[in-house]
Amino acid sequence: MPILNIRHRPKRRIVPLAATAAAVVVASMVVAACGSSSSSESPSAADSSHAPIKVTLILKDLSNPYWIFMRNAARAEAAKLGVSLKVFAGQTDSDTTTQINAIEDAISAGDSGIIVVSNGNAVNSAIQKARSAGIAVYALDTVPIPASSVDMTFATDNTEAGRLIGQWAAAKLQGAKADIALLDDVTTEVVEVDVDRNHGFLEGMGISPGKPDVNGTEAKSGHYTGGQGGSYTIACQLPTGGSESGGQSAMETCLSKDPNINVVYAINEPAAEGAVRALKAADKHGVTVVAIDGACTALPFIKSGEIGATAGQFPGTMAKLGIAAVVKDIRSGVKPKATHGLDFFDTGTKLYTNSPQHGVQSVSAAHAKTLCWG
Amino acid sequence: MSQSAVVEDTLEEPFQGRRNRVRELLHAHPTLGSLIVLVAAGVIFGLVNHRFLVPVNVSIMLQQVAVIGALALGQTVIILTAGIDLSVGAAMILAQLIMAELAVASGVPAPAAILVGVAAGAATGVLNGALVTRATLPPFIVTLGTLSIFTALGILYSGGQTYTAVPGSLLAWTGTVVAIGSFQITTGVLMMLAMYLVVGYMLGRTAWGRHVYAVGDDLEASRLAGVRTDRVLFSVYILAGVIFGLAGWIQVGRVGSASTNISTTLNLDSITAVVIGGTSLFGGRGLVLGTLFGALIVEVFQNGLSLAGVEDLYQLMAEGILVLAAVGVDQWIRRVRR
Repeated sequence: MPILNIRHRPKRRIVPLAATAAAVVVASMVVAACGSSSSSESPSAADSSHAPIKVTLILKDLSNPYWIFMRNAARAEAAKLGVSLKVFAGQTDSDTTTQINAIEDAISAGDSGIIVVSNGNAVNSAIQKARSAGIAVYALDTVPIPASSVDMTFATDNTEAGRLIGQWAAAKLQGAKADIALLDDVTTEVVEVDVDRNHGFLEGMGISPGKPDVNGTEAKSGHYTGGQGGSYTIACQLPTGGSESGGQSAMETCLSKDPNINVVYAINEPAAEGAVRALKAADKHGVTVVAIDGACTALPFIKSGEIGATAGQFPGTMAKLGIAAVVKDIRSGVKPKATHGLDFFDTGTKLYTNSPQHGVQSVSAAHAKTLCWG
Repeated sequence: MSQSAVVEDTLEEPFQGRRNRVRELLHAHPTLGSLIVLVAAGVIFGLVNHRFLVPVNVSIMLQQVAVIGALALGQTVIILTAGIDLSVGAAMILAQLIMAELAVASGVPAPAAILVGVAAGAATGVLNGALVTRATLPPFIVTLGTLSIFTALGILYSGGQTYTAVPGSLLAWTGTVVAIGSFQITTGVLMMLAMYLVVGYMLGRTAWGRHVYAVGDDLEASRLAGVRTDRVLFSVYILAGVIFGLAGWIQVGRVGSASTNISTTLNLDSITAVVIGGTSLFGGRGLVLGTLFGALIVEVFQNGLSLAGVEDLYQLMAEGILVLAAVGVDQWIRRVRR
């Protein structure tokens, strides 16, 4: 057996000390854990006659500012309504294992409500288990498949958001030929939000999206009917992972394929910002970039016109409505109703642009400051 | 073998004081440390939250540990040979996608579909093993490469679809609940435990097992002693592949469906369990029982902190501290050998 560390002769006491120190840290974390739980639970128990409502919020991940904003909004609303809120998230937005475990732990902990932004269908059976245990389960942002898996989803109508930016882009072209780059989210699996936004954009442009459930089946060239109408080609369609670096490299690849791209659809603002950077580096001007999200950090891009228009979402509203719905459900058994014609509650979307187009309702970047999130 | 080493060292430089007696004890029983941590954590979390040690929660913890426990078992065998496998999660995901696609979408009878899925797991092991022994590439590099290959194959094969297993079908059998007293154990958990028994026996009681330890301890010496080291290494990767295939079946039963979206950190989680369980990353030292304890310790901390209302980023941090503490203790114990 190889003998290790034999050369570290002089400092022999360090390792046992380090081990002891580590053990102490672990122990202190356990103590801290006890401390934090009792301090967060006992005051509310003392204040009200009935036990506090315990709710677990499970987000996709905590590396996207969108989810952080949603978490903060949920915490604020929970504090207002006297709800004891625990927040969990996947390590990435494709981590269903952590989400499933968090749901099971919520059942074990005797929580009365779960609010989830699902990372995939694999989470459904755990949700079913929670509902069978009498827990109210609501979803935010992403409508599970089927929508009836949860009591209600509060989400953006992503097709409508896509349609808004599509209509705006078509009008902005004023009949010119459209050379389109489609910067989607992923190709590793079929994500409904990804498909809804992409198809919404194409519909808004007046291009038939092809097969209903997948991206990339539209005709690669033809005529768009939005705005004044004209001819179009799809120059490229690439995944970005919804990230800035993903958007940048996808746009770079697209420009190598076709340097004449004049319309860029991006799944979200980080991807769009990456695309803007690639366009700048390639010294391309006058390219119309559209996105979806409505983050405050994107408003300077809207102001400068680098992102022509974006469809704003309202994650704060989703979080607020989600917490309120759980509380109402538990106290009175009343469940919210879906928006007419949809299988979820639409939290709305608004187009932010400093270049308003005829026939498309929008608000300016300055006005959007009061609506944006982050 | 380790017993005799202790005796020699004791003769050389007698242990002094209580601390050295503890060290001697831990050295003689490598899984004792993790067992103590497991029991202590269980007791502490039980005192903190009255819901922690109730049968329902213990059952949930066992269910949550089934998949990672199985993956960590395969990982242990590989690490015992001083190797490492970064492709465990991807191999498992590929295997479960294949068995679920065949059974759900292609209408292949479930037993055949499961068999093909497990065979696919074995095939991933054959590829890893061949690259390690025939192409003599380091296991870290080999499995870093195959991690990407298996991930891509899984996505290509499934087209990003989710395959939902028919409840009550053989494919979902590993999710069947078996009531043992007031505990709700799934057949997947029992299968995982059975795999530990089988592999534990193979490692502890067969010539093959002794060869695995010997190869991990000193490859060159074992080769000179007449052990067919390539054959041993190859068999280890294939065995691990079969285990990952079976883990895929456990996974399908646990969530009731198969998809590409499971977790991106399964490979690292399995290594975490092995390390906390006291198996040396340098090979030749460790027991599968320790790995089971290691996986349970991680689970107990995650679940216990979760019930105590501590959010998951702190759980992640606690897991990191556990790994460092485990390695620290391991190094300290090694001093016995001088």
